[in-house]
Amino acid sequence: MTTELGSTQPGTNDRPVKLACRNVWKLFGANAASFIRERDGKASMADVSAAGLVGAVRAVDLEIRQGEIFIIMGLSGSGKSTLVRCMSRLVEPSHGKVEFEGKDLLKISDAALIELRRHRMGMVFQNFALLPHLNVLDNIAFPLSIQGQDRATREARAREVIELVGLRGREHFYPRELSGGQQQRVGIARSLATKPEIWFLDEPFSALDPLIRREMQDELMRLQTMLHKTIVFITHDFDEAIRLADRIAIMKDGEIIQIGTPEELVVNPATDYVAEFTRDVDRAKVISARSLMRACDGAEHGGTVSPDAKIASFSASIVSAGKPFAVVNGTGKPIGEVTPQAVIDLLAGIEHARAHA
Amino acid sequence: MTVTASASEPRPPLQRWLLVWAAALAAVLLVFLLQDSVPWAVDYPASAVVPVADWVSALMGWIKSNLSWLTRSITAVLGVPLDFALNLLAKNFKIGHGADAYILPRLSWVGVCAVAFLAGHVVGGRKLSLLVGGCFLYIALFGQWTSAMLTLALISIAVPFCIVTGLFAGIWAWRKPWAERLIVSPALDLMQTIPTFAYLIPMLLLFGNSPVSAMIATAIFATPPMVRATMLGLTRVPLEISEFSDMAGCTARQKLWRVLLPSARPTLMVGVNQVIMLALNMVIIASMIGAGGLGYDVLLALRALKVGEAMEAGLAIVALAIALDRLSQAIAHKQAKGHAHQAVSPSFWRRYPNLTLAIAILAATTLLGLFVPAFAAVPKAITFTTAPLWKAAVNWVTINFFDAIEAFRVALILNVLNPVRAFCEGFPWLGAVFLLGLAGYQLSGLRLAALVAALTAFCAITGLWEKTMATVYLCGISAFIACLIGIPIGLMAARSDRFEKIVTPIIDTLQVLPSFCFIIPVVMLFRVGDVTAMIATIAFAVVPAIRYTNHGIRQVPPALIEAAKVSGCTPRQTFFRVQLPLALPEIMLGVNQTILMALAMIIICAMVGTRDLGQEVFIALSKADSGRGIVAGLAIAFIGIVADRLFSAWTAKARARLG
Repeated sequence: MTTELGSTQPGTNDRPVKLACRNVWKLFGANAASFIRERDGKASMADVSAAGLVGAVRAVDLEIRQGEIFIIMGLSGSGKSTLVRCMSRLVEPSHGKVEFEGKDLLKISDAALIELRRHRMGMVFQNFALLPHLNVLDNIAFPLSIQGQDRATREARAREVIELVGLRGREHFYPRELSGGQQQRVGIARSLATKPEIWFLDEPFSALDPLIRREMQDELMRLQTMLHKTIVFITHDFDEAIRLADRIAIMKDGEIIQIGTPEELVVNPATDYVAEFTRDVDRAKVISARSLMRACDGAEHGGTVSPDAKIASFSASIVSAGKPFAVVNGTGKPIGEVTPQAVIDLLAGIEHARAHA
Repeated sequence: MTVTASASEPRPPLQRWLLVWAAALAAVLLVFLLQDSVPWAVDYPASAVVPVADWVSALMGWIKSNLSWLTRSITAVLGVPLDFALNLLAKNFKIGHGADAYILPRLSWVGVCAVAFLAGHVVGGRKLSLLVGGCFLYIALFGQWTSAMLTLALISIAVPFCIVTGLFAGIWAWRKPWAERLIVSPALDLMQTIPTFAYLIPMLLLFGNSPVSAMIATAIFATPPMVRATMLGLTRVPLEISEFSDMAGCTARQKLWRVLLPSARPTLMVGVNQVIMLALNMVIIASMIGAGGLGYDVLLALRALKVGEAMEAGLAIVALAIALDRLSQAIAHKQAKGHAHQAVSPSFWRRYPNLTLAIAILAATTLLGLFVPAFAAVPKAITFTTAPLWKAAVNWVTINFFDAIEAFRVALILNVLNPVRAFCEGFPWLGAVFLLGLAGYQLSGLRLAALVAALTAFCAITGLWEKTMATVYLCGISAFIACLIGIPIGLMAARSDRFEKIVTPIIDTLQVLPSFCFIIPVVMLFRVGDVTAMIATIAFAVVPAIRYTNHGIRQVPPALIEAAKVSGCTPRQTFFRVQLPLALPEIMLGVNQTILMALAMIIICAMVGTRDLGQEVFIALSKADSGRGIVAGLAIAFIGIVADRLFSAWTAKARARLG
């Protein structure tokens, strides 16, 4: 855990980059690739539409670090699904580079791509994409079976992941005999069977009922604490993004508008569009002590909190104590304080200049 | 203001088309009136007829004389599985020659019937078991066993062949869009519109009068639905499933065979069902070139005017058709519903208990047949025949109602058929080419116009104009009446669930029957001639009109009907202003199908003495005149293609307008 005062991005910055997009474009229409090549990877939205093209993904730059949950958030038609397909090369980008551990994915051979997908990538789909003619066990063992593993090995592994996602006893059910939540558990188990390093989740919970969705989100968090995958997660649901994300990229019209932690987006929205999304968010659950603290003014402290503690975790105790809490770093040295009034203002939704600073 | 403006805007083009059409019709009328001065525009001049038929004959002659090694070896290769199936089901195996030949028996009829019961039970429960088993038992008891098994053997060899060919052709067309556009689609259209008779001629010429040539004709005729089902099934696989297979690291081959085709299985099974039914239909017709079996029985009986025997064999065909259709449909349905989980067992007989049981039954009964003759062949004592009964019934009807029927027949001929026929046959060929081309231009553009005009002109320049128009007239009247009957029935079925429940099994059965069977009862009452052809055609072609109308009305989204109700439409208004306009494209599709089916049937009706292109093919078949038969067959196919393209273009336009 970082102890630097200025950093608002604890823990992930020092990890190696797993997957990176460098000026990735995906345009649809005639001669899309030559259009963007001639312009050297630079074109405005007006240029694109003037050429009769549709810009699904435009000039996307991002880096996804090992072990983080990176969420791409956008409304339908914002290009998020196309972007994730560019990252896995299900869709061939018109321009740019997609680097997997520093190697350009777009330049590798078909055989190498198949190898990569077989062992290092996994994907979960919105509508589950289960094979209707196979039962749960065979569905989950399918990616292993096409690698040529023998029946005993692949079924043993399939049973392991079935156990992991809590589907024991359903091995011989067919997809149509399962509920939506169970089907997506199969989809998750199937994508985990190959022990992938990077895990694409394309709106995995959007087709589920809200209650089940919440349960599946908890399930995902539980799995992630055990497995530490690098996750690229697509959603159109900002609450879901905030619940799960280490970092969020907000997309609009094929462009990424802002990348940041949930707290950064809430505290410092880059545009009105982002601010609009964050408006109804329960701020106490997103904002940490670090964002709310001020320099100590010598008053007596009623307690201590860590800089990364969310306001909601200590709001009750600070208000009842009636005294400021000291914010202390890892070595126990105070780096500032949070006053009860600031917490009350935050809970009441009163905006202060501090929040925009 | 804005409303009136937007409503009046699209009108000018419509009025312009009205003017164009009025002018065109006037021009054609002028040609017709002035036919003394421009006779070449009305009747195609005999001196300018292009001898396409001779060219085709020469080509076929060349193939026959130079490629006989090929055709002979094809016959020999295909003959092996076919003979096996024929021997197994119908004929007994003979090992050795002459008197000391050792005979292995065919499968026992008791065993086959028992397996039919079992198969019905496994895929569809008790009701289906009774139906399928009952049909087979019926065939046995009515003394049609050997003929029916000959037919079944031909089908059982032709169908797998069609399925495999169709599957690969469909995959190829799906993989390569250019192949689909340039080769597969046109070939399918042609294969499905060329009349069944026309297939027989080149087969007869190349492979002789034998079950093998019947099987090849059957295979060609029955393959298209499998190709289409494969293409459709593969395109319908959800995108996510295909993306999943990529992400799982499937190679192209793994993706196709382990993901896409299994996912498309329900659609493929629908194709298999259609292949089986078309194969049955064609095997019956192919009896003319040596298929034998039930079709041959009907043919012989019809030629000898033994209505009773014809009816009996016809009913056996019906029984076989119903059994095969319901069985394959139940299998397809089961596939579509998906599997249910069950414990997996390692041993074969535990994993496939029904298959094991079926094999055991067949083996046991066939072995028993060696000792008990009643198991080997259906004993004469328990069969019965209804032929005298049918004959008596027909006689009774003819004696008692001869005047009424004859009056009806003559009135129909004099007042309806003959005037329309005269009009059609006198219609200037140039006018028809021009008007159809114009329609094509209005509906789709220059390409369709050129296609339609060229195909129509082909019929004229090969010297078949008069016969073409005779076909058009009979087909047109029949299709028109079929629509007049079918669309109202479809509308009623769409509005009343109870009525639909009554209609559905009837049209299901009608659709299953091979075209041959429609002729038999009609010819009993109306003897040979145009009226018989017309009535049989109407009965055959009415099904799609009913089905598509019903489906079209019912598929209107319930939300729209609710919206209409909420805005205060009466049921009548809802029907006329919401349901009917939205269902119109679908209904027109049904009309299109009705026309194509009527065309197919009219040609078969050449057997009962019509004077049109069908007769031309029929004569060519009996003389083995390949050029004449193929050209006439192409002319028929072109009529079908012209009608199909115009209607499809119209439907597509209407669909686009509805969004």
